[in-house]
Amino acid sequence: MARDAQAAAPSQGEEGAAPRTHSGAPAPHTGPPAPSESRTPSESAADRRRRARRSRRYRLDVRWSPYAFVAPFFVFFLAFGLFPLLYTGWASLHRVELTAPTDMEWVGLRNFSRLLEDEFFWNALKNTVTIGLISTVPQLLIALGIAHLLNYRLRGSMFFRVAALTPYATSVAAATLVFVLLFGRDYGMINWALGLVGFDRIDWQNGTWTSQLAVSTIVIWRWTGYNALIYLAAMQAIPNDLYESAALDGASRFQQFRHVTVPSLRPTILFTCVVSTIGATQLFGEPLLFNGSAGATGGAEHQFQTLGLYLYEQGWVNLHLGRASAIAWSMFLILLIIGAVNWLLTRRLSKSA
Amino acid sequence: MTTSLSAKRAKGRAGRHLHGGRITYAVLIVFTIGSLFPLVWTAVAASRNNTRLAQTPPPFWFGGNLFKNLQFAWSDANMGTALLNTTIVAGSIAAGTVFFSTLAGFAFAKLRFRFKNLLLVLVIGTMMVPPQLSVVPLYMLIAELSWTDQLQSVILPTLVSAFGVFFMRQYLMEALPTELIEAARVDGASSWRVVWHVVFPAARPAMAVLGMLTFVMAWNDFFWPIIALTQNGSPTVQVALTGLGRGFIPDQSVIMAGALLGTLPLLIAFVLFGKHIVGGIMQGAVKG
Repeated sequence: MARDAQAAAPSQGEEGAAPRTHSGAPAPHTGPPAPSESRTPSESAADRRRRARRSRRYRLDVRWSPYAFVAPFFVFFLAFGLFPLLYTGWASLHRVELTAPTDMEWVGLRNFSRLLEDEFFWNALKNTVTIGLISTVPQLLIALGIAHLLNYRLRGSMFFRVAALTPYATSVAAATLVFVLLFGRDYGMINWALGLVGFDRIDWQNGTWTSQLAVSTIVIWRWTGYNALIYLAAMQAIPNDLYESAALDGASRFQQFRHVTVPSLRPTILFTCVVSTIGATQLFGEPLLFNGSAGATGGAEHQFQTLGLYLYEQGWVNLHLGRASAIAWSMFLILLIIGAVNWLLTRRLSKSA
Repeated sequence: MTTSLSAKRAKGRAGRHLHGGRITYAVLIVFTIGSLFPLVWTAVAASRNNTRLAQTPPPFWFGGNLFKNLQFAWSDANMGTALLNTTIVAGSIAAGTVFFSTLAGFAFAKLRFRFKNLLLVLVIGTMMVPPQLSVVPLYMLIAELSWTDQLQSVILPTLVSAFGVFFMRQYLMEALPTELIEAARVDGASSWRVVWHVVFPAARPAMAVLGMLTFVMAWNDFFWPIIALTQNGSPTVQVALTGLGRGFIPDQSVIMAGALLGTLPLLIAFVLFGKHIVGGIMQGAVKG
């Protein structure tokens, strides 16, 4: 701890010269010397005591304040993060109803084994994966391309950046309500536009593929600009020399993009992949509201019900909190598996590169 | 930010940062239209009426019903209360997150204490835990405390953020000279005084950015509020919009007016502070 005090208050550098006593007797050296105080030999005992008290308080302050500063985060995290996380695991081993959450009946792993036989769970898992893929992959590819274009010297580049980010400021609810109208079967603008080019009307809400595509469109719309800005930030950190030497070697613009930009962005790309995967696993608001009045089923035939939505349906429509907890933990396990696969893939990629 | 940008621009003349060509502008303009069109069209639909929305071709330009629809959404669909609630919720969450994140970020950036690295790893680790995992017990907790339908049930669980702590730490490591803290210590300042007179002033730009990002996130939060709050109690804008979408108000143009009301405050913020929000996201991205 002496190390800490020294680091924080370099004025104590001479400490070694003065004999150090616990009472703080060599007062001018311990503790912060107040400007008004001078090192006169004729100080009173009361002065010395006051200074000793001050120095003790000072040392306590330096020692414990850091903990006080980080404490709020951990208190809130323990109360609203870690405790619920563990309690969810505990609740998943019980039969709990929403109407009487304190009545818990131990059922062991039955909630989990039921999930394995539950066709709606597998359906939701499959939908989550499909919607996740058709929303994340195009989203990140478009973002990469747009970031590359934004990296040129442009007139009004700030306008393009702010405009790209505005969908991010739109809430899930507002965005979904608009897209529900745009994707409307009879009067929606998208079907109208398709009609102009000679396509038939598409029933976006009731088809399996079409509804999943529509839900993905909302996700893509909201997040592409955000990811583009993240890529742009990383692109601006790439040293210019790399491009110069590539240009000297006769690399075209596209070759520079492929062989300089993309490899330098690999950590950022991995970061966005992880974040988007987590986001896709939790997809909830878009499928809930795309369904309009029908609630949490995710379409008449559950064709776009995601895991997040299924959890909500089990817990807050069917009132089975225990089963909802089991779904939550299954989602967590799936995330861990995806994380591990991601990690293995990048290790292989970086080795082969 | 500005210095590095201008330096880059100077270097850019050597090779990179070529001017965008016509195709670049064309693609970006198409992308911008795609980004903005649904928002503009929200306003168009909100200014029409149900009959006009159920006709082909759909309307492309504003009609005369905007004020009437907004009024209807404001009073009958609870959007007025919802907007007030959301402002309280998002404001409290942003203020709390900024305050606690700056404190913790300062400790992690500049102070020495035991278990510092372990605690920092813990903070970052918490970012990986999905919110779904804690919903069930959280709900039981607020039910136990009779907090359902009360705003603190939405505010308290999101009052701190691991991202915020990390963001402030990265910023303060560079922006706050250690000598400044030492000088304050020599003058006899306690840790709290150091925080108040040295750290907060130095952190102000990052605090502003973090505050805006948190406010946007809290404003748009959906999953937890819809579980903890109801449309008839004290809804946030997102919860009220869910009610609209589920057909409590059958009129599409009123639904769009509600969506417009829920989005407008943030859009105005984007027009005013867009540059800083963009800068903040790009900054957080590089360092995070």
